[in-house]
Amino acid sequence: MMRLLLHACHVVLALAVSVSLAQAAPQKPAAPKPPTNDDCLACHSDAGAVRADGRSVAVAPEVFGESIHGMGGLACVDCHADLATLAEFPHAEKLAPAQCATCHGEAVAGYDTGVHAQARRAGGNMAAASCADCHGSHDIKPSADPASRTHHARLLDTCGRCHGDEEIIKRGKIEIGNVVDLFRDSIHGKALIKSGLSVAPTCSDCHGSHDIRRKSDPASKVFRNTIPGTCSSCHEGIGREYWESVHGSQVAKGSPLAPVCTNCHTAHDIRRSDVEGWKLEVIKECGTCHEHSLETYRDTFHGQVTALGYARVASCADCHGAHDVFPKADPRSTVSDAKRVATCQQCHEGATPSFAQFDPHADPENRERNPMLFYTAQFMKMLLLGVFSFFGLHTALWLGRGMQQKAAGQWRRRKDDDSTEDGE
Amino acid sequence: MSAQAPAGGHVATHTHYRRFDRADRLLHGSLMFSFLGLAFTGLPLLFSHEEWAATLARFFGGFESAGFIHRVCAVVMITVFTIHLSRISRRLFGQKDLGMLWGPRSMVPQPRDFFEMVAHIRWFVGLGPQPSFDHFTYWEKFDYWAVFWGMGIIGGSGLVLWFPEAFAYILPGWMFNIATVVHGEEALLAVGFIFTIHFFNGHLRPEKFPMDSVIFTGRVTVKEMEEERPDEYERLQRTGRIDELASAAAPRWVYRLGRIAGGTAVVFGLLMVGLILFAVLN
Repeated sequence: MMRLLLHACHVVLALAVSVSLAQAAPQKPAAPKPPTNDDCLACHSDAGAVRADGRSVAVAPEVFGESIHGMGGLACVDCHADLATLAEFPHAEKLAPAQCATCHGEAVAGYDTGVHAQARRAGGNMAAASCADCHGSHDIKPSADPASRTHHARLLDTCGRCHGDEEIIKRGKIEIGNVVDLFRDSIHGKALIKSGLSVAPTCSDCHGSHDIRRKSDPASKVFRNTIPGTCSSCHEGIGREYWESVHGSQVAKGSPLAPVCTNCHTAHDIRRSDVEGWKLEVIKECGTCHEHSLETYRDTFHGQVTALGYARVASCADCHGAHDVFPKADPRSTVSDAKRVATCQQCHEGATPSFAQFDPHADPENRERNPMLFYTAQFMKMLLLGVFSFFGLHTALWLGRGMQQKAAGQWRRRKDDDSTEDGE
Repeated sequence: MSAQAPAGGHVATHTHYRRFDRADRLLHGSLMFSFLGLAFTGLPLLFSHEEWAATLARFFGGFESAGFIHRVCAVVMITVFTIHLSRISRRLFGQKDLGMLWGPRSMVPQPRDFFEMVAHIRWFVGLGPQPSFDHFTYWEKFDYWAVFWGMGIIGGSGLVLWFPEAFAYILPGWMFNIATVVHGEEALLAVGFIFTIHFFNGHLRPEKFPMDSVIFTGRVTVKEMEEERPDEYERLQRTGRIDELASAAAPRWVYRLGRIAGGTAVVFGLLMVGLILFAVLN
């Protein structure tokens, strides 16, 4: 409803501008009367109208008529303003680009700060989208209209015309690659495409619509430390938990290291967090910072089973929490002294305080933290080393002597006897 | 493990002497296969970062079913160990067979084992003649006690890890950390030792290659007795017990079975060693 109202306002605004333009024109002394839409359509309604190079310049009157600009009664020259003052027709092939900013000043100003405009300006990368690439030209519909290219349900296809097209991705040097394909398989993509959920996010919900900025731009909606804010515009409850957590509070202080949503969940191919593959992958993600904790975790049964590819045993978040991670010393932490037993009991029903003395990150090389384990591990190391070196050498020497003996034929006789006596 | 003779009189045309009785052979066979089962279902955890470990775990139907097989094999092995313990205590306390505590038929390490070992090594490097041995050699005793100790340590730590909630009543939780390390390292020692050194000592050394069937047939040839254990042969002749041990060759099918069982164990064992070496050298 809000969108509809907004677009009604746009239409009214557009009308007002066109009226004022129409009024402004006759004030210029020598200016000829601008051509009417009928004048233009006299040539352009011919479906076969083409330029010298063969590209169509046809405008279907009914298509324009049904577009928001057509319905609003805009004149052709309102956009093709350089034709308003032209006396001679047919006009030259090359026209000035339509100036959307005349009416849509705010949107264009936003666009100008965005990555698409930057790419066109700075690198002359004309593969980057301009207004018409997303909105269309003569057939523009309000984004609330399900037939609009920018309608919530269709925007993915519109962005995908470039961001899902390998050829354009290559030509436009789009670093992030084919994100549309990733997104289609994501939990958001499936909710949007398969389930048709109006609350499922599409591209613009995270990236904005006109002022789409690079993620390295601090003003971007997807700038690293802004991401939790962007995500929690929908995931409000998780956002609250996260901002309180050790990670969230660091990000709030501007930490460039503490993880934001996308570190664990990724950006475009966000998956359900209860699927096995994701649970296993995210362990490595925690390990990118908590390197030593990952190492010691891998020494335990939990870590070994998950390394083999099974998620039934505890991984990081099962003990530490996911969004509400706190340092162990914090009483809110699930691994704090007060809460640890209850945390173990999630899987080990009979866990007691004694049981919870198990160290899930024991380090056999850390004498301070795990003294008994340290000495046990040292003993085992010596035992293995001792046994294998002694018997390794013993075996090697015996083998050498045995081969020598065998070559000398000293055992042949007995082996012959063996075979006959064994009845073989 | 026992040199007991079955009841029976003099065998005139014997070609063999009995070394292991049927129970010993059955226990060893059960031990072998439960050990292989334990190794193949347990080592994937120890080498969980290796690709082959995940493949092996999948082959056993996932970690849960591999864990189930591991526990079944553990029960078999614990049963073997228990039967063995009851057999030796019956011999010791029931039959008052004190010879099993000391002397030539005993598994207990004795000074002569040390001297035989030194002499054996001297022979390896050409510094002396090949020593003669009695019923159990020093390396056989080591094999026995390594397995004995291993079963206690690995079995004990395994039970702790199997029932942590119950053991937490008598042990502090950090003992699970120790049990994990001990279980894994001992297993590595056992697997490494059995699949290389025991295989070599028992089967793969040039004198025995490709295998020694004695643990499957229970019998050694007269020649083997004469050449490998002259001390025992001489002692048995002196005490007149040699005739009690005389026997004919084992039936053909026993040899076949032994060859298949032993061959299977060697192939799988060496495969396991290969995988471990691959992981360690990587």
